[in-house]
Amino acid sequence: MGHSAPKIVNPDGLADKIAGLLGSMLIEAVDHADELSFTVVRERLAEALDVLRVQGEYQQLMEIAGVDYPERAERFEVCYHLLSVTRNHRIRVKVTTDEDQPVPTVTHIWPVAGWLEREVFDMYGVIFEGNADLRRILTDYGFKGHPLRKDFPLTGYVEMWYSEEDKRVVYKPVKLAQDFRQFDFMSPWEGAEYVLPGDEKAPQAPGAPSPVAAPPPPPAAPKGEPAGATPKVTEKSEDTGAGEPANSKGHEKSPNAPVQPEHNTDEGKGAAKPEDKG
Amino acid sequence: MSTYLDELEHKTSVDDPTLGDTEIQNYTINFGPQHPAAHGVLRLVMELDGEIVERCDPHVGLLHRGTEKLIEYKTYLQALPYFDRLDYCSPMGMEHSYVLAVEKLLNLEVPLRAQYLRVFFAELTRIKNHMLNLGSHVMDVGAMTPNLWLFELREDCMNFYERASGARMHAAYFRPGGVHQDVPLKLLTDIADWLDTRLPRLFEDAISLVADNRIFKQRNVDIAVVSKEDALKWGFSGPMLRGSGIAWDLRKSQPYDVYDRMDFDIPVGTNFDCYDRFMVRVEEVRQSARIMKQCLNEMPVGPVLSLDRKVAPPRRGEMKRSMEALIHHFKLYTEGFHVPAGEVYVATESPKGEFGVYLVSDGTNSPYRCKIRPTAFSHLQAMDFMMKGHMLADTTAVLGAMDIVFGECDR
Repeated sequence: MGHSAPKIVNPDGLADKIAGLLGSMLIEAVDHADELSFTVVRERLAEALDVLRVQGEYQQLMEIAGVDYPERAERFEVCYHLLSVTRNHRIRVKVTTDEDQPVPTVTHIWPVAGWLEREVFDMYGVIFEGNADLRRILTDYGFKGHPLRKDFPLTGYVEMWYSEEDKRVVYKPVKLAQDFRQFDFMSPWEGAEYVLPGDEKAPQAPGAPSPVAAPPPPPAAPKGEPAGATPKVTEKSEDTGAGEPANSKGHEKSPNAPVQPEHNTDEGKGAAKPEDKG
Repeated sequence: MSTYLDELEHKTSVDDPTLGDTEIQNYTINFGPQHPAAHGVLRLVMELDGEIVERCDPHVGLLHRGTEKLIEYKTYLQALPYFDRLDYCSPMGMEHSYVLAVEKLLNLEVPLRAQYLRVFFAELTRIKNHMLNLGSHVMDVGAMTPNLWLFELREDCMNFYERASGARMHAAYFRPGGVHQDVPLKLLTDIADWLDTRLPRLFEDAISLVADNRIFKQRNVDIAVVSKEDALKWGFSGPMLRGSGIAWDLRKSQPYDVYDRMDFDIPVGTNFDCYDRFMVRVEEVRQSARIMKQCLNEMPVGPVLSLDRKVAPPRRGEMKRSMEALIHHFKLYTEGFHVPAGEVYVATESPKGEFGVYLVSDGTNSPYRCKIRPTAFSHLQAMDFMMKGHMLADTTAVLGAMDIVFGECDR
């Protein structure tokens, strides 16, 4: 039966039909989890979306989402989610870009793109060419940086509060009372590519830069056998260097010890007895 | 100085008809962010010509909390409660999109009772949301009583929320794989009674005060008319789209959970104005009650959470006896589950419109990217186009009919 998410039927041959509409603008078509996505040439994005709107009957632009993949050459992906209310279908159109290359705007096709592009610009710094009103939208007035980039820290760079001394809101560099903690759950047996804490002395891959050389160990005290002749083991209690327990007889009672009182009174429970004071 | 004094004294002259006239230029006013009709923290910078709005620039983002960034640093289960806090007037509607997106990536089957419970509570959420919106819309244009009555009903919904999930607002009740826990039978019978008695009585009473009210109509009819083409171009969804005469409802056209088994009607507007949007929501409340009754009739017994132990935690009782269950529980609440790499866009019909989640997974235990598609963003953006040529006082009616909550808009 599978999942119960919204059911969208992909008619047979639809992907080919759309690929035909896009023609040379298409770079890649992917069908994943019953969702069609098409990567198109960035410079011809507006043309591609207009073709899809008019001939493909995708009347509505529901969403523009940016995604950041820092390891790629063109690190940003801008995803346009289109909806057809006549054919009851959704597709996704993608372009890739980086910090400098502008993406053509689609505000002349769908005015709703205005704010959606502003948001992608605000969050990722993607520039939309032709958008007349490319201001920040969600972040603070005068904010610096693009917060959804993967290299922007979760805590941000500044924090603000109302200062009672200055009688105004002040912005200061963020100070963390506790170091930011991020746990990853990569399995060390399945490709975690880093040294686990505490595992630094384990044999590492050749070529890994070794840290600062450890200081030589302090000279061992000349006691017993010279170190190095036999490996140190602690299999028997003599090996540990510990002698006989000092109080090995301590728990034995002497024959004329006084009988301990029963614990039905509060004697011996910490209450000082009056005769002890003498 | 002398002309200024002349103006003050209203000196006029027959020879010079313009003498004493004060030249008025367009001026800019700031509406919000603390205006009670701004429904939160909306700041509107409006350019007025007299009382006519010439331009309207909404400034949003005053409630931006970086939800999407935070989600990237949480496991899939830890990310769920953020959705309650988006649209805090319809929390379970927000959760619904997210859990469906996760399930779609996992291709996880959900037990039937859980699907019914989700639809049931999603519709309760719709009623809860509309109680707030209809009431505040009415109050924004000047009536007080209906709002108080509708808040009574909203309070009932919150009590039902509390009895199901333990929380009155931020329920975190829907989970990937089903719902968190089963509801007691008494809760279902109480809601059934409520649907039969209290809801129709109070609701119809309150609506009867405004639906045919002359003042209410004067404030709403023919205000902010949006044609079908414009509604599509501006990315409208939900009651705003239906108010513009397009019979489009994701519950019907792209059914999820058990909506395909439900029998309900979709109201549409005929004049495409604020009054239509109001009445569409009124009718949706009645249809939601209808869906809830069908759910109550058809709901089967059975598990309410997936039995796939790699995704859904075991029951508490099972944990006390089975070591394996205990290990599963520990792993799920520390590491969480891993979701196969891929990307999905899942949109549901939230009470305010199409609420979508674009989820990108890279195969780890936390989302690589979770883009939330808020309903309010596109509606609010059209504010400039809808307000042009209207009076300043219509702003509140237009805003009320948009049904905007800033937790969702600003994220």
